[in-house]
Amino acid sequence: MSIPLLGITVLWLFLYGYLIVASVDFGAGFYAYYAKWKKKDPKMVKLINRYLSPVWEVTNVFFVFFFVGLVGFFPDAAYYYGTALLIPGSIALVLLAIRGSFYAFENYGSKQSRVYMFLYGATGLLIPAALSTALTISEGGYLEKQGDTVVFLADKLFTSSYSWSVVCLAVVSVLYISAAFLTYYADRAGDSESLEILRKFALFWAVPTILASLFVFLSIRAHNARHFNSMLELDTIWMFGLSLVCFLGATHYIFHRKRYGLAFLFVMFQFFFAFFGYGAGHLPYILDPYITIYSGFTNETMGMALVVVFILGLLLLIPSLYLLLRLFLFDANYVKGEK
Amino acid sequence: MDFDSVALARGLTELTLAFHIIFATIGVGLPVMISFAEWYGIKKNDPHYILLARRWTRGFTITVAVGVVTGTCIGLQLSLLWPSFMKLAGQAIGLPLFMETFAFFFEAIFLGMYLYTWDRFKNPIRHWLLSIPVIIGSTLSAFFITTVNAFMNTPQGFKLEDGRIIDLQPLLAMFNPATPTKTLHVIVTAYLTSALVLAAITAFMMLKGRCGEYYQKALKLTMIASLVFGIATAIAGDLSAKFLAKYQPEKLAAAEWHFETEKGADLILFGVLDEKTDKIKYEIRIPKALSFLAFSNFNAEVKGLNETPKDLRPPLYVHYLFDLKVTFAGYMILLSLAYVLILKFKKEWTMNRLLLRGILIAGPLAMLTIEIGWFFAEVGRQPWILRGYMKVGEAATTAPSEHVGLMFILFLGLYIVLGFISTKVLTKMFKSNPAELELEKHLD
Repeated sequence: MSIPLLGITVLWLFLYGYLIVASVDFGAGFYAYYAKWKKKDPKMVKLINRYLSPVWEVTNVFFVFFFVGLVGFFPDAAYYYGTALLIPGSIALVLLAIRGSFYAFENYGSKQSRVYMFLYGATGLLIPAALSTALTISEGGYLEKQGDTVVFLADKLFTSSYSWSVVCLAVVSVLYISAAFLTYYADRAGDSESLEILRKFALFWAVPTILASLFVFLSIRAHNARHFNSMLELDTIWMFGLSLVCFLGATHYIFHRKRYGLAFLFVMFQFFFAFFGYGAGHLPYILDPYITIYSGFTNETMGMALVVVFILGLLLLIPSLYLLLRLFLFDANYVKGEK
Repeated sequence: MDFDSVALARGLTELTLAFHIIFATIGVGLPVMISFAEWYGIKKNDPHYILLARRWTRGFTITVAVGVVTGTCIGLQLSLLWPSFMKLAGQAIGLPLFMETFAFFFEAIFLGMYLYTWDRFKNPIRHWLLSIPVIIGSTLSAFFITTVNAFMNTPQGFKLEDGRIIDLQPLLAMFNPATPTKTLHVIVTAYLTSALVLAAITAFMMLKGRCGEYYQKALKLTMIASLVFGIATAIAGDLSAKFLAKYQPEKLAAAEWHFETEKGADLILFGVLDEKTDKIKYEIRIPKALSFLAFSNFNAEVKGLNETPKDLRPPLYVHYLFDLKVTFAGYMILLSLAYVLILKFKKEWTMNRLLLRGILIAGPLAMLTIEIGWFFAEVGRQPWILRGYMKVGEAATTAPSEHVGLMFILFLGLYIVLGFISTKVLTKMFKSNPAELELEKHLD
């Protein structure tokens, strides 16, 4: 495996990690607000906070990790995306900033505030939409090089059916992933009321998620035929097949009220295969047609150094993450709220 | 007034960093104080110190949250506002940036554990142990990110060919000449500032008449820590001046309004400069002290600003920043020395209102000094973004200036809101739950 390919795989893995943990986080904010608004179940708000409180900061790091890694491995990407995305990038940043800080204000402050919570819930749906446009842009056609500057063709993005299909997919899959996880969490906590609500949500969002995925898949054909054809090739198409199988597995267990943990694992694999199939087809481009993983790669020495640091870093992070999960996610007493 | 994209990009970066640095400084220093208080409390079996650690931790969560989100902002803004710089320097500084996120990751994981496991372990030392990785993570992330800034001041470890970096030695780039003094200075001043901010809060409560044992212990702990970190700051500052004299003489010369290269150079304190004639008025002149400051030798030769071409000189107002930061630092160190001496020899004077007022001022002053110090360091290397390689003007975004201006206003609004609400939340948090009340609960 060449170093650039290794680099992009590492980054893709982190983006996938962010996709999962952030979806759970973003969706949880939405469900917590929903529960509060409908006055349905104060238990559910508590349940969600028990999960979120110790991990919200970690979620944010996954994102920082991805973009710092991208700039490190592929500095050219910083130039193109940076120049073009000043406005959408800044707006996404402001949303992220509001979300992160208002979570703390709401949860650690002395008084709970409905406004803070609303902002937290609402930004949870806007951020995935904003961030997913970066992926849309990577397909090409929305940036143009004009002399010494790179221009973002915003009206083209806003009128493109492909771009909206990606936004749709981002929002519904956030709600689906999050509901599937929280169903499992509620089950562990022995909170049957929340479990019922969340299970319904998981099943409800499963259908639009799979429809939106198919729609995105097909609309890539219209937008970027090269990418579409490369996804159809034999060495990638099986990933989408497996993704579908995992989806069926997940909904099967949730529907039959069995093995929610396994169901969530299936959800994770469903997105893993779809995400990597999509990514494999995208290669070698980072930004079609301007940057490939070879043209945009940093010098060899830095690439090697980054890979070494990455491995050393993982040796530090994996045991720490494991400890975090053991203390908060797999500790039955904590999940039940007894500690 | 009309601003171009470069000026606006600079303005927005200054704004974000100036706001972020408040929370980042607390983020680096506060865990040290919290950990120390908890450890001392466990060792002495003293609930006062444990309560101190707990209450500080609660406030810490709010500052961490704002620090994290503003840190994310500056992280992305580097690429959004300085794309050409990141394209070039990204090839050389990718390593420390990457390591910084690892350190931050490490800190984030353990901070979550620390916050939610009070009372969860039978042996309290196990909870305290969780604070160690938090300190390591926050201090290391300050270290790594400061090496990036050090690299921008004294770049090395690469060659430049057609806008691409070749023959890179990542570790040489990271451990450049500015790295030791800069990282030391940043870390110890963050510790000092956090200790003084906590001391100032305590002094404020005592001035309002809350003089119980809890507050006295808090003041004692924070002021002794301030003295220790203050002395470390003085040493780090002295080393930094010597570093400047050797590697960035134009910065030191601008800071000292030292124009002619000469032996036995005078140190100029305060004063006013007539920029047309380069004549200095109303200054305090200490003979030969600049030579001593720079080289530990009263007769050493110090390079003057006239050696640097006019268009490569930093603005001369950095002298005021330099003087202010040194004066304020002197005040903080003398104050903590005075407190510790009083504590030792005249214990009844520790409640003196004048002393408490002095401490109350020292907290915000320390934070202000951090800001001034960073402005001095950054403005002092103008016009370079990558000293000797790339000027600020070549690095900024080519996006239209009205877009950059709009983003400036957007972020200004964000920081005003965040600053306002976090202050409100923090004051409310402690007002509605005073220490006395909590102490009763814990002692019962």
